[in-house]
Amino acid sequence: MTAHDPQQAARPNTPTTTYLYDNYDTAFVRERVAEFREQVRRRLEGATTEEEFRPFRLMNGLYLQLHAYMLRVAIPYGTLTARQMRSLADIADKWDKGYGHFTTRQNLQFNWPKLVDVPDILEALAEVEMHAIQTSGNCIRNVTADHFSGVAADEYEDPRPTAEFLRQWSSLHSEFSFLPRKFKIAVSGAAQDRAAVKVHDIGLRVVAGPGGEPGYEVYVGGGLGRSPFVGKVVREFLPREDLLAYLEAILRVYNRFGRRDNKYKARIKILVHETGLDQIRAEVEAEFAAMDRTPFAHDAEEFARIAAFFAPPPYETLPAQSEALQSAKRENPAFAAFAEVNVSAHKIDGYAIVTVSLKPTGGIPGDATSAQMRVLADASEKFGFGELRVSHEQNIVLPHVKKDDLFALWRMLDAAGLATANVGLLTDIISCPGLDYCSLATARSIPIAQAISRRFKDEERQREIGRLGIKISGCINACGHHHVGAIGVLGLEKKGQESYQITLGGDPSLSASVGELLGPGVGADQVADVIEHIVDFYLSERQGEERFIDTWRRLGHARFKDVLRREGENGADI
Amino acid sequence: MALISEGKFVEDEWRHLADEEDLPRSGKIVVSQQRLEEALAGLGPEQGLGVRLPNTADPAAIAPYFSRLSLIAIAFPAFTDGRGFSLARLVRRAGFKGELRASGRLVADQALHARQCGFDTIEIPHDIAQRQNEAQWAKALGSYAETYQEGYGTRGSILERRRKAAL
Ligand code: HEM
Ligand code: SF4
Repeated sequence: MTAHDPQQAARPNTPTTTYLYDNYDTAFVRERVAEFREQVRRRLEGATTEEEFRPFRLMNGLYLQLHAYMLRVAIPYGTLTARQMRSLADIADKWDKGYGHFTTRQNLQFNWPKLVDVPDILEALAEVEMHAIQTSGNCIRNVTADHFSGVAADEYEDPRPTAEFLRQWSSLHSEFSFLPRKFKIAVSGAAQDRAAVKVHDIGLRVVAGPGGEPGYEVYVGGGLGRSPFVGKVVREFLPREDLLAYLEAILRVYNRFGRRDNKYKARIKILVHETGLDQIRAEVEAEFAAMDRTPFAHDAEEFARIAAFFAPPPYETLPAQSEALQSAKRENPAFAAFAEVNVSAHKIDGYAIVTVSLKPTGGIPGDATSAQMRVLADASEKFGFGELRVSHEQNIVLPHVKKDDLFALWRMLDAAGLATANVGLLTDIISCPGLDYCSLATARSIPIAQAISRRFKDEERQREIGRLGIKISGCINACGHHHVGAIGVLGLEKKGQESYQITLGGDPSLSASVGELLGPGVGADQVADVIEHIVDFYLSERQGEERFIDTWRRLGHARFKDVLRREGENGADI
Repeated sequence: MALISEGKFVEDEWRHLADEEDLPRSGKIVVSQQRLEEALAGLGPEQGLGVRLPNTADPAAIAPYFSRLSLIAIAFPAFTDGRGFSLARLVRRAGFKGELRASGRLVADQALHARQCGFDTIEIPHDIAQRQNEAQWAKALGSYAETYQEGYGTRGSILERRRKAAL
């Protein structure tokens, strides 16, 4: 079966650039909704206790937050069709407060659903081939992938077929639904790592094997949270046909031997750390060798079936350069800035990748209103083959836009407040929900992001500063990835006061590193000041085009620490 | 305890023998792993013998006894502790053909997980059985016509069915 199968063609206007459900997938998701409806009914009737219900509601994406339930909808490998985006907008209007929050794991969260409505929401999602399966809970979570998959100029292979293959394998895995802790997998297939594979429980990079055939470099034991670890290579080259069997071996070793006595030591990163990489590798390989491989015998065929869906859209043959783009840039400086900052190289001549920032000045990072979701859906249909992506930086990507259309697209986005030209720049901040929503939070994080965003709102100054990632978490669980922010901010509570620790030098890419602490925590109203001083110091010291992280690496952490210390001596309360 | 098989509450023919109890001369009994040797020596050849395993047991250590065992009961200290599911798969893989029983505070929502991992029966405390009746267990077991993975007691995975349909 291919993407152009007659069964699929019965649905007009659905792009074939992404996976489409067949009857089995449809039935499965429908059955999942029915199952959850029954689970909610049993809970309300008292047949299950809250404790018994909890893991099942979590495995359907339903969290209990500080003020209300939160539903986390899966957006597998961050890929959405226009139709799906519209449906998310409709759900936001009908069952929530008219907006949604795109997360660092390429998902979408609704912050205000009612428990009794959730089965209906899931049904509406199923209507457009979506679900909230395994977006939470101690199971294999929604698999993430490079948001430039299939279009990046530096790509070896589109990682999405792999991610979809894993989505199916991990869905309702009977053996791995009650793991010691949550389990996150990310896949990348390009030279540059935009999926942060080294800070996942398992990270996969599609690479060429000895004979040139595609397979995987497998990382294990990376993760953030309380104890951040950079993942280690457990297998340098895994042939494709062994993928599911090998991951099953890793998961089985983890399920049996991962710690269950302390939830903060239960991730596979701790097992790898305490047992040692060599020992873990030996156990995984022994399990892999002992396994009955019959159920995996036809994996290569199934992979090929899935891969056929991810066909390139019908691109036009275009010149590499666009005259229309050049003249629009000359005439409109705001557009020129957008084109410089938010547009990335596409592998096809005449096309570009556009990242739409969900980080307007003073906004909540990752939030989009239903009206904005609809504009994005319309824009993707008008200019981008009806396909969208969610990035782990909490932005939306239009992966195939003709360079000739960029100006028209920009006008459409600008009218909807979606043309902020700050992608990859200082105000493209990643932030977790923090104390405004989260029951585990020790401090607010959204207001900190907003304060920094206002302080640095001058886009020209941001371009002058260059690429710089700020990441904020409202407690040590690190949902905001602060460990891998070039500048990381961690909100803690000290003697009843919010106190923010600042770290420098984090890096989520293949050169992964965990940030180092700058000094004692600072108060909420000082975070923006301190960041400003650090940035000023960087600007005074950088050589040529050097990025912040490279200047920091060259000068060393101590030089930056001095900046904060001098601040303290000048009377700042830190 | 209540016993569930294929979504039905059934009579339990087995008796769990506490470690301090004497071996009975008749009836089917389940002993702890520590008493396995003693039971093998003391029971008549016609008497049914089963063993209780903690979810941390080493399947290789128990495999030599498979031919004499009619039942293996794997403990679930908490329903959220999934080690028993992996152990069940390993016990099946090592060749155990008798009754495999999940024993502990499992909930109806796990009926399918248990069957796919190789369990035949589920043994739960009465308080859960009172809240979660037979209809709920049966319904949960039948929640899915097919799943993506190959499991014991299922009709073959979605992957397998797709492949057959394409041939
Ligand atoms: C408000 C509800 C939330 C709660 C209660 C929560 C809870 C947690 C906890 C306890 C951890 C640490 C887990 C561990 O290390 O084992 C964690 C990690 C994480 N969470 Fe959240 N979280 C919430 C919201 C979010 C949101 C909104 C996002 C995305 C924007 C997110 C993304 C992450 C990520 C990426 C990690 C990274 C740590 C890792 O997996 O290595 N979480 N969360
Ligand atoms: S980092 Fe802490 S405060 Fe922020 S979302 Fe995660 S658990 Fe909540």
